[in-house]
Amino acid sequence: MSTTLRAERPLFEGADWEFSTIQRCHEAIEEIAIKEMGLSVYPNQIEIIGTEQMLDAYSSIGMPLFYKHWSFGKHFARNEAMYRAGMQGLAYEIVINSNPCISYIMEENTAMMQTLVIAHAAFGHNHFFKNNYLFKQWTDADGILDYLEFARDYVMQCEERYGEAAVESLLDSAHALMSHAVHRYPRNRATDLRMEEKRERERRIHDEQVFNDLWRTVPGKSNTRADPTTEERRKALLQLPQENILYFLEKTAPRLASWQRELLRIVRIIAQYFYPQSQTKVMNEGCATYVHYRIMNRLHEKGLLTDGAMVEFLRSHTNVVFQPDFNDPRYSGINPYALGFAMMQDIERVCTEPTDEDRQWFPDIAGNGDPMGVLRYCWANYRDESFILQHLSPRLIRHFGLFHVVDDSSEQHLRVEAIHDERGYRKIRQALARHYDVSWTAADIQVVDVDLSGDRKLILHHRAMNRVLLEERDTRMVLQHLADLWSYDVLLKEIDPVGETVLKEYSASPRPGIAQSGGP
Amino acid sequence: MHIVDRRLNPSGKSLANRQRFMRRAKAQIQKAVHETSGSRGIKDADQGGEVVLPAKGVREPSFHRSATGGIRDHLLPGNKEYIAGDTIPRPQGGGGGGGSEGSPDGEGEDDFRFAMSRDEFIDLFLEDLELPDLAKRRVASAEAVSWNRAGYSVTGSPANLALMRTVRNSLSRRIALKRPRPEELDRLRDEIAALEADPDKVARKLELEEELARKVRRVGLIPYIDPLDVRYKRFDATPKPVAQAVMFCLMDVSGSMTEHMKDLAKRFYVLLYIFLKRRYKNVEVVFIRHTHQASEVDEETFFNSPETGGTVVSTALEEMQQVVAERYNPDSWNIYAAQASDGDNTASDNDRTASLLTDSILPMCQYYAYLEVGRDSEHFPPGFIRRDSDLWQTYSALIKSGAPMAMRKVGHRREIYTVFRELFAKKVGSEAVSA
Repeated sequence: MSTTLRAERPLFEGADWEFSTIQRCHEAIEEIAIKEMGLSVYPNQIEIIGTEQMLDAYSSIGMPLFYKHWSFGKHFARNEAMYRAGMQGLAYEIVINSNPCISYIMEENTAMMQTLVIAHAAFGHNHFFKNNYLFKQWTDADGILDYLEFARDYVMQCEERYGEAAVESLLDSAHALMSHAVHRYPRNRATDLRMEEKRERERRIHDEQVFNDLWRTVPGKSNTRADPTTEERRKALLQLPQENILYFLEKTAPRLASWQRELLRIVRIIAQYFYPQSQTKVMNEGCATYVHYRIMNRLHEKGLLTDGAMVEFLRSHTNVVFQPDFNDPRYSGINPYALGFAMMQDIERVCTEPTDEDRQWFPDIAGNGDPMGVLRYCWANYRDESFILQHLSPRLIRHFGLFHVVDDSSEQHLRVEAIHDERGYRKIRQALARHYDVSWTAADIQVVDVDLSGDRKLILHHRAMNRVLLEERDTRMVLQHLADLWSYDVLLKEIDPVGETVLKEYSASPRPGIAQSGGP
Repeated sequence: MHIVDRRLNPSGKSLANRQRFMRRAKAQIQKAVHETSGSRGIKDADQGGEVVLPAKGVREPSFHRSATGGIRDHLLPGNKEYIAGDTIPRPQGGGGGGGSEGSPDGEGEDDFRFAMSRDEFIDLFLEDLELPDLAKRRVASAEAVSWNRAGYSVTGSPANLALMRTVRNSLSRRIALKRPRPEELDRLRDEIAALEADPDKVARKLELEEELARKVRRVGLIPYIDPLDVRYKRFDATPKPVAQAVMFCLMDVSGSMTEHMKDLAKRFYVLLYIFLKRRYKNVEVVFIRHTHQASEVDEETFFNSPETGGTVVSTALEEMQQVVAERYNPDSWNIYAAQASDGDNTASDNDRTASLLTDSILPMCQYYAYLEVGRDSEHFPPGFIRRDSDLWQTYSALIKSGAPMAMRKVGHRREIYTVFRELFAKKVGSEAVSA
């Protein structure tokens, strides 16, 4: 790339920008991203927003439109107060996984910053959204905006029909369970959000068509509970055990009205939409950071970026990828930008200038001379956990000085299990990968049994990995919400997977209110 | 690529969420507002501000693991001294091997602050206050009418145009007068055009053209909408009974009132003034200040201009009596008074004050609030027992006899809000009446 022609004029000088600047920057970046790096992206839509709109986006989890709920107002009020008090800066951009890919950029960014965020969000994140297998499997970028609009309107209609209070209390309960409302394993059908609205309408029309009041008068089978269904069969019918609690409630809760089920479904689908993001923080940010770093450097090489802008960029870039040590007061966990970026850079190094150690650890890619190919493959086919497990190199472990500490509450001291040495590399790599494995980090709670023809008591198990119990106060509150939705008693057992002993039990009974209407 | 400029989009997109949140956290916000108001300057009483809410009432719970217990892994960067097998004493209070973990849902347990606008603040602050016993109502004053729909009229302002009715009239008129329809004209024109090329049917063509001309003329003569058709929505003014009220603010500005006391009294009246202006449309406020003589003054003078002299309370009551006689007939006005004083009065005047109150003032008042401003109680030497003031003694006797009166003492500015609220708190079971 030494034969680069130097441009006659840089893209911009000074901090000011106008729309033509953004247009020019986008074109220059696109040139590098598509032609040189081989990225494949959704078409971009760049939206300039002000502070208040950024706060708006914050409070509705980054979405441009969302249904109304008090909790979003709470987040807005909190963010606004923090921002006003100067305790919290605002992001330079927000990017939405949709087609076209919408990036919000702040009006007060400098011209350099706009270039940076376009490279970072409109190409880095955008490429990741379009190509990563998790996003392909779980999200529908074409349909999400339409679906959100449907969700907003549906919630509004429900509020008109059934009152704000009823909708609010249902949404409260649904939000409480949102963290356990995803299918972790893909089913055989890709999500198609555009169909959702249509399906909802069809369901309702079908219900209306087949409604016949006569059925109510037909005498039921009087307690002829022929051969009591075996537990096996019952569980199979209800698809138990089930870890997607909202899904289970939507399909099975005995006393919810159909609009309530639809609201549960909306919350559940939105939770599912965000599921891939929580599994790919390191990769997503790493990908975007690596892309913007490469692009900014290339722009500078081509003479499209002034030296001044380059210094400004490097300053902001180093801030983003800064990783404080564990005993630094600024330490708050491992910075996904730092780890992701370092790993991507490391792969580039392994591909181009491998050491003997690299040849030993990464025989298949060491020195193959095609870093972009390897990176594009990684971005498409890994999530954080598998990516770290495969690609964290000993060199990086040494660079970060990673060490592994085990804190067993039954022992008096913490123990250093492994450090960045020959014996520790694999252990550290494994342990770090596990930190990004959702099935390891999220509490494993499943609906295990319910006797629908008996007392209808819902039984859940939490398999307390490493004997770490649930946080008590929140658990009681969430369980109460669960009981309200289920409308019968609910029992939650915390079970030690080693030895299957019950460590703790919670139970809750429904409060009157949510489920009054009979039958689905 | 598209660039969209969203900066000019209407703001306040999350207003609905904010209102929901405020409604949800209302009890807590209200409590916070009352607590906050004690520490605010009176000038800010009318401003918005920040309040601090405890996080727990608006908590959004979720299933997550607790921060302690069990076996935990920590992976930490920046090792300098440890080797495998080392033991580290458990850090006190910290979650693990160093650093803060943050709670799993990303939300701290901290109380959270948020800023409220002036309107939100004042509304909440004044929400459960009222003027007691706002009973006398009468049908009066021009502004107290409500407008109700009452059919249609042929005159009115364009804003009230009844479109449906107008078009209906126009339609029936057009049918009755057989106004040719545009489709008819079009058909005729088509027919003529079709005959254009055919020389044999000239006569027929002429005939049609004549008919067309006739119809076009008719269309010109019969308007689509005639002024006759136009109807307006009619509104009738219904006079509404209104409770009129007047508040007398009586302030002692005599020499015995120290700056501190005057300051307290003024703070009290500022609050009262804000309260009345905000909550009641039809309340008039009369400012009377007195030394050994009393005069009615305007708002500006009342709050700002200095004066000094002796103390004769009855003069203020006489002035009030006079103003009432001149302008506020007790039969149709709800009369309120709030008096602030240090409690001193010329000894010879106490009886006169008491009799004025019992005989004329209290009978015509719905409510009489007395605020006694004192010295900052912290400045009293220990063991010092305060003697009740002249006025306090006089008024206590009146209250015992069941007069519609309330009185409070206030010594420090932080008590003003509380006292104010006590004096005007909504009585349980009473109904809110807005004027």
